[in-house]
Amino acid sequence: MSAETGLSANMTLLLIMGVLYACGIYLLLERSLTRVTLGLMLLANATNLLILVTGGYAGLAPLFTKGTDPKDYNDPLPQALILTSIVISFAVTAFMLGIIYRTWILGRQDVIADDTEDRKVANTPSFDAEDDAPIPDETTEFPLGSGADGRGDAHDGGMADDGAAAAAVVPSSDAVPSKGAGGVVAPPEGGSRGVDGGRA
Amino acid sequence: MILVLCSLFAVAALAPVFFAGMGRNAFYVLAAAPAAAFVWLIFQYPAAYGQGLTEHVDWIPELQLDLTFRMDPLSWVMCLLVLGVGALVLAYCARYFKDKDANLGSFGAQLLAFAGAMFGLVTADDLILMFVFWELTTILSYLLIGYARARISARRSALTALIVTTAGGLTMLIGLIMLAQLTGTSRVSGLLERAPALLAAHDGAAMAALNVAVVLVLVGAITKSALVPFHFWLPGAMAAPTPVSAYLHAAAMVKAGIYLVARLAPGLSGADSWLPVILTLGLATMLVGGYRALRQKDIKLILAFGTVSQLGFLTMVVGLGTPEAALAGLGLLLAHGLFKAALFLVVGIIDHQTGTRDVGKLSGVFRSSRALGVVAVVAAASMAGIPPLAGFVAKESVFTAFVEWAGEAGHAPWGPVVLAGMVLGSILTFAYSARFIWGAFAMKPGVPPTPFKPIRFSFLAAPALLAVLSVVYGVWPAPVDSWIQPYAALFAAGAPGDAGGHGGTSAGHLELWHGVTPALGLTAVTFLVGSLLVWGRDAVSRFQSSLPKIPEADKAYQNVIGALDDVAVWVTGRTQRGSLFFYLVVILAVAVAVPVGVLLWNGKPIPSKLYWIDPGSPLQWLIGLGIVVGAFGAVKANKRFMAVLFVSVTGYGMALIFALQSAPDLALTQMLVETVALVAFVLAMRRLPPELRDRTGGRYRVIRVVLGLAFGAAMVVFALFAADARVATPISLDFPKLAYEQGGGLNVVNVTLVDLRAWDTFGEISVLALAATGVASLIFVRSIGHSLGRSAGVETGSVGRVAKQPTGSLAAAALATARRFGASPSTVGGVRRNPWLVAGRTLAPERRSILFEVVTRLIFHTMVVFSVYLLFAGHNLPGGGFAGGLMAGMALTIRYLAGGRFELAEALRMSPGLVLGLGLALAAVSGLAPFLLGGNVFQAAILHFTLPVFGDVKFVTSTFFDIGVYLVVIGLVLDVLRGFGAQIDVELEEESEVAAR
Repeated sequence: MSAETGLSANMTLLLIMGVLYACGIYLLLERSLTRVTLGLMLLANATNLLILVTGGYAGLAPLFTKGTDPKDYNDPLPQALILTSIVISFAVTAFMLGIIYRTWILGRQDVIADDTEDRKVANTPSFDAEDDAPIPDETTEFPLGSGADGRGDAHDGGMADDGAAAAAVVPSSDAVPSKGAGGVVAPPEGGSRGVDGGRA
Repeated sequence: MILVLCSLFAVAALAPVFFAGMGRNAFYVLAAAPAAAFVWLIFQYPAAYGQGLTEHVDWIPELQLDLTFRMDPLSWVMCLLVLGVGALVLAYCARYFKDKDANLGSFGAQLLAFAGAMFGLVTADDLILMFVFWELTTILSYLLIGYARARISARRSALTALIVTTAGGLTMLIGLIMLAQLTGTSRVSGLLERAPALLAAHDGAAMAALNVAVVLVLVGAITKSALVPFHFWLPGAMAAPTPVSAYLHAAAMVKAGIYLVARLAPGLSGADSWLPVILTLGLATMLVGGYRALRQKDIKLILAFGTVSQLGFLTMVVGLGTPEAALAGLGLLLAHGLFKAALFLVVGIIDHQTGTRDVGKLSGVFRSSRALGVVAVVAAASMAGIPPLAGFVAKESVFTAFVEWAGEAGHAPWGPVVLAGMVLGSILTFAYSARFIWGAFAMKPGVPPTPFKPIRFSFLAAPALLAVLSVVYGVWPAPVDSWIQPYAALFAAGAPGDAGGHGGTSAGHLELWHGVTPALGLTAVTFLVGSLLVWGRDAVSRFQSSLPKIPEADKAYQNVIGALDDVAVWVTGRTQRGSLFFYLVVILAVAVAVPVGVLLWNGKPIPSKLYWIDPGSPLQWLIGLGIVVGAFGAVKANKRFMAVLFVSVTGYGMALIFALQSAPDLALTQMLVETVALVAFVLAMRRLPPELRDRTGGRYRVIRVVLGLAFGAAMVVFALFAADARVATPISLDFPKLAYEQGGGLNVVNVTLVDLRAWDTFGEISVLALAATGVASLIFVRSIGHSLGRSAGVETGSVGRVAKQPTGSLAAAALATARRFGASPSTVGGVRRNPWLVAGRTLAPERRSILFEVVTRLIFHTMVVFSVYLLFAGHNLPGGGFAGGLMAGMALTIRYLAGGRFELAEALRMSPGLVLGLGLALAAVSGLAPFLLGGNVFQAAILHFTLPVFGDVKFVTSTFFDIGVYLVVIGLVLDVLRGFGAQIDVELEEESEVAAR
């Protein structure tokens, strides 16, 4: 049996599909969440039609009777796919309804709001300031006498004699204006901001 | 080998436990691991220098990925350094850190794991395996450099090291894969055997590919070994604790690049791209490093730039590809490991005891600790190449090798240039070695002696031992010579490594005294000029500061990263606009434009194989018109429920289309779904305002219209092309026969769902359960809310009572009448009446409809029975689990609508979660049971038996699966009713009570 090339397409169904897609997309691009949901339902219907078209002519319902040429049935595989799709679409719709309801309860709104965080990123002039801040050279791992046990006082005294040099040698570990942006040790501003957040 | 590797990692994994119990002394326990491995290594000497020691475990044979380890002379020498220095550094850590230092456990674990990774790296005989260890060292070095997490310098330099070495590593991976493809093996040993043949074949394309691969691999080596232009990460990495610097940045990790060069040199040093890269970058690095080392004010940075310089030096020597250079290279590698690790450990002690590494502040340290000074002077002298120390022996051999190489005819004029550069680099090395000793130990005029706490011997032991070894190596180089000779012999004439045609006969020997040779003369020049530089150090320093500032590589790196960040922010800002509309427009426009563009590009005409009216069902046109009206109505409607109704029109239209297209199952299911969905919509949206305002107007509307039309038209065209593109016979032509013979059912669609494609359906009901749970979690925010409670205790007429009195007199009268009749459930005008519904009495009288209650009473059970019929008949007739479940759900919906939420609770007392779970479990069991009985998952069996009333029964086991589907669908509908129905009822009542108060 040679393979049949090309499937004859049902323009009736395709035109209905086209209209459903067009209307569905139009609704999908709306800000109202309800309309978006309705748009999704139209798109689901349109897609079901698309799959249905691949089944060919209407033919016989795919209920097996002996002696029937399998080509005479409407293709059962697209039908099985659509059946799945119908029920899944319902589940999606129900989920969207849940979202609509929750959005309404929380914000008394039925709209898809813009993401303010994304907006913020878009308006950021450059990257994290901390990353580009110059840092002073550190010439020790043991700043301020933390190095050797019980030696701190003598060491500090030694440095105090040498005023100018001492300034360079006492870099507190994160002496960079970091705007609270990072650092494992939270800077004071970071802490106070946290308190504010708790109060708000 | 694998055992040793695993033990190293195992001890590392246990490290935090040791530290919890023993404090910093746990470092001694950790040091014991590489020390034991070192002893093991000594005993492997005969094996490594005989046949070579190979261990092999299959990893992913399909990809030719093996865990192959091989111990040969080169690995053995590298292991000496890795394990020996590793043990010493870990022991040193026990005195460097304090018990109260944070994160010691993880630090110790990382340092030991690093030793393990290095061991794996130098013993791996598989390119990919080696790469794995290579990246492991990169990650561990990132963690180790960033040990002081609270310091920005540590974090930043750790990240720099990670980015640079990872970028190099990934580049190298490409090169390694190319090498494996070119030679047909990923075994390092095999690759080295085959590479010379490849080089000799002079096949143009292969040669070009090989050269590219070599350069890519070398990029990995030069990033890891901090060669120009990637050298800047190494001085930055000095933010690491000094023991880490001693190990990673002197002895081990930065040697990984050198090791890679040494490993590949016997096979690939003949490639055209090899020597130019090695010599140019090596020489540049040696000079840049040495020059900058002379300018440093921090003794640790002097060493860091010195290391950069020496790494360039080592790369040149190891990569040259002559026997003499190979011998000298490994000799220098060992010598460098010994003296540089010792010097770093000395710096660590000075920093630890004085609290500074600043040249300008350290003064008189030699007087405070002569032992430390002696160790440092010995090590620094070895670095400067002063006899009779290891550095001298090695450098002497290097000069010998390069004098001979530069003298060969083919190497003018670059040979002498390289040699001269090398001598200049050595002069700089001499000078910065002296500067280091002067900076760290000398008594400086005008600077008071730095306070220095006496050090214990245990702290000094590790650097002292390394210094002693430098002396032993220098005085008695014969053992080292014998360790390296087998490796150098790989490059001898006729050996596979002689692909470059250098053809030296013998590698010579590492010796303290070679006699009066050109090399000795070069050494003399080095010392002389070096001494002059030291003597005139002030002048040198002034000269250096007077030069115009050359842009430093780390600044360039920062600029590149900064620019990258800016680009990232820019791109993110342009693309991530935070507007769903924008994203959808982009996605949809691309989805239309690209395929249409391709179709136009190919210039195919639109397929004409189509028909306008299906002869089997011309009515489709009529239904289609209805659907179109519904779709446009949905678009235009500005009332919420109107829009929903219009969408429902399309949905019901779809059901008719299915019916006309010989798809009874679809028609049935769609009809039921549409009804349940409509109810769900109304229930969910009753709190929202009725108006549906169009908020996306203006030019957005134009975009929406254009995009909608374009998408719809494009989909029609795509569908035509897709239909026309069918070339194979549809697989579904076999389905009717399969369904009947194997699935035991006449309804092909249903058998497809529950048997032929049961996996799909199983996935689908999982999604249903997920969506149902999602609905419940969106609605029941405050509580699980799964106990609605029975109706028994509920006050009659309490549910949904109208709180506000109606204003109109007619409405008020109607309400009063309704209340009077509904007030008592059992008596109206003295006559007892049967309650039609169990919980109907709980509803407020004004909410009740006697007609609805009666109808519900009449049809509920019929519907349930019918749903069961649909479920079981579905195998042979239209129906099945989906339709049945929806029918049962519809029955529940009617009960809820007629009798309120308590009626729903009375109708089905299970929670939706339980129903969903039972359904899924049943479906899963029906899939697994055949498997456990020895068949395939979801295999169905057909059983014939006789029942008393029903007679002969044919039962197909896939029915159980369908029952699972049935239950899941009921669970979904129940969740919708409980959420959008009952819960919103409760919330509305609460609200109206609040409003009434």
